[in-house]
Amino acid sequence: MNDLTSLTLKEALDGLAGRRFSSVEITRAHLAAIAAARELNAFVLETPDKALAMAEACDARIAAGDAGPLEGAPLGIKDLFCTNGVRSTAGSRILGDFIPPYESTVTANLWRDGAVMLGKLNMDEFAMGSSNETSAFGPVVNPWKSRGSNRSLSPGGSSGGSAAAVAADMVLGATATDTGGSIRQPASLTGTVGVKPTYGRCSRWGVVAFASSLDQAGPLAKTVEDAAILLASMSGHDPKDSTSLPVEVPDFRHSVGRSVKGLRVGVPKEYRVDPMPPAIEALWTRGVEWLKDAGCEVVEVSLPHTRYALPAYYIIAPAEASSNLARYDGMRYGLRVDGATLDEVYDRTREEGFGPEVKRRILIGTYVLSAGYYDAYYLRALKVRRRIADDFTRAFETVDALITPTAPSAAFGLGDSAADPVAMYLNDIFTVTVNLAGLPAISVPGALDDAGLPLGLQVIGRTLDESTMFSLAGVLEKAAAFRAKPQKWWIR
Amino acid sequence: MAIDADTVRRVAKLAHIRQPQDRLEPLAAELSEILAWIEQLNEVDVTEVEPMTSAVAFPLPMREDIVTDGGDAGVVLANAPLARDGFFVVPKVVE
Repeated sequence: MNDLTSLTLKEALDGLAGRRFSSVEITRAHLAAIAAARELNAFVLETPDKALAMAEACDARIAAGDAGPLEGAPLGIKDLFCTNGVRSTAGSRILGDFIPPYESTVTANLWRDGAVMLGKLNMDEFAMGSSNETSAFGPVVNPWKSRGSNRSLSPGGSSGGSAAAVAADMVLGATATDTGGSIRQPASLTGTVGVKPTYGRCSRWGVVAFASSLDQAGPLAKTVEDAAILLASMSGHDPKDSTSLPVEVPDFRHSVGRSVKGLRVGVPKEYRVDPMPPAIEALWTRGVEWLKDAGCEVVEVSLPHTRYALPAYYIIAPAEASSNLARYDGMRYGLRVDGATLDEVYDRTREEGFGPEVKRRILIGTYVLSAGYYDAYYLRALKVRRRIADDFTRAFETVDALITPTAPSAAFGLGDSAADPVAMYLNDIFTVTVNLAGLPAISVPGALDDAGLPLGLQVIGRTLDESTMFSLAGVLEKAAAFRAKPQKWWIR
Repeated sequence: MAIDADTVRRVAKLAHIRQPQDRLEPLAAELSEILAWIEQLNEVDVTEVEPMTSAVAFPLPMREDIVTDGGDAGVVLANAPLARDGFFVVPKVVE
């Protein structure tokens, strides 16, 4: 039998529907792959018993002719999603052994459609990080290595566990979340496909909050089509999230493979950073050529406020985080460190429970919201956010989508930029604008650099126009013909 | 704007995060560096720009003000570090 873990989600669903193998069989194959790859530290909790019980139920539904769109497919879940009865930590010590008595809407949608949960995936603490090094469970190791080097690389973050698990064939696909680039940057660094949908496509209910006006769930997958299949299941209006949009969910799968002839695609000139790594510049140029070959008209556009996106983000996101994370007070759930007074319990619990990057962001957020600084920092950042969003609105008057690189570098070494917060923040330079403007974007693997590491291209779509984004991504995927996989060095 | 150790102490108190004395100076330096980088926002002309408070222009829905869930104290308390007789137990706050 072929290794069932090498299948794409689409191939696996076809095989399950055609009874060529059972959900229990493909689930067991993935559980074995997970057990063999513990060195990567991609999972913070494996749930093999639950996975097999769910797989048996899937097989029964398939036998009864009652299969859902994801019936029998084993997936990994980022530990930011609350899962009923299964420990959910957000990668933080402060949640301790928190066991949610409820299920996030996004994961509930996946189980409704027949998916199987393999376990919970590692991530930067509260999704704050771009390297997975802020996790209380230690960093995830990227399955990819530079040619001729044995050095451990970062899979990116915050959804580093999700990206590594997909790249290493431990899961058929994974849930992830993106506040400033946390789905797309790891996708770029691991040769996988990652989608951040329009803000409001996926319900945030039951997803541990970081920055509520920016957080969106989305899939990490092996192919554009797989990502489209997953996003269709994850999306949908949810009355429990007031920012969840009451709109129809198109069947995104049909957009993949559709002709893009006649579409106008913009190349934002401000995304040409200095210095631009030559391999990234070359891939971007090739991406433009691929779209032209497919019949697109490609034009240069201007997004003049691009350079202000990251500084605005590092006011808005910490401000929202400082408010959201006020709930971790040691009283109702999670860690509690005793003290002589109520204040001392709060102060010690939060000192011990939060890691350094989370504390840093809470302090920045508290500072920019404090009396005397609110107007100078927070209010100004919200106005700059408007100008950034207006840039996109103007660009989309003349183009249907934008093409950019996803990240400013390939995978970097673990420990390389941990000492310099601002250097780490710059990882999100091409991705964060989209979160501020609420737009959908996808990262597609395009090429390997000189060291043999994957690089991604990003397609940004109009609000709620994931369909055009998926069609363009499908064209790029086909033209790039990216087939490289990491060597499975962890299997000895 | 540079942040000094006193400001870090004050902000940490507001944020309810204990910071040991020897962390105040290093944190002040780190936060000052981040804020110096953020200062470039002052270059942007924001006169007559409305602050953007939601990611997508969509009206927030209204709903009936009715109870739709609840009445299960056991579930609510299940993860509490300390609970007794259907209540969270917290440190004494009133003498």
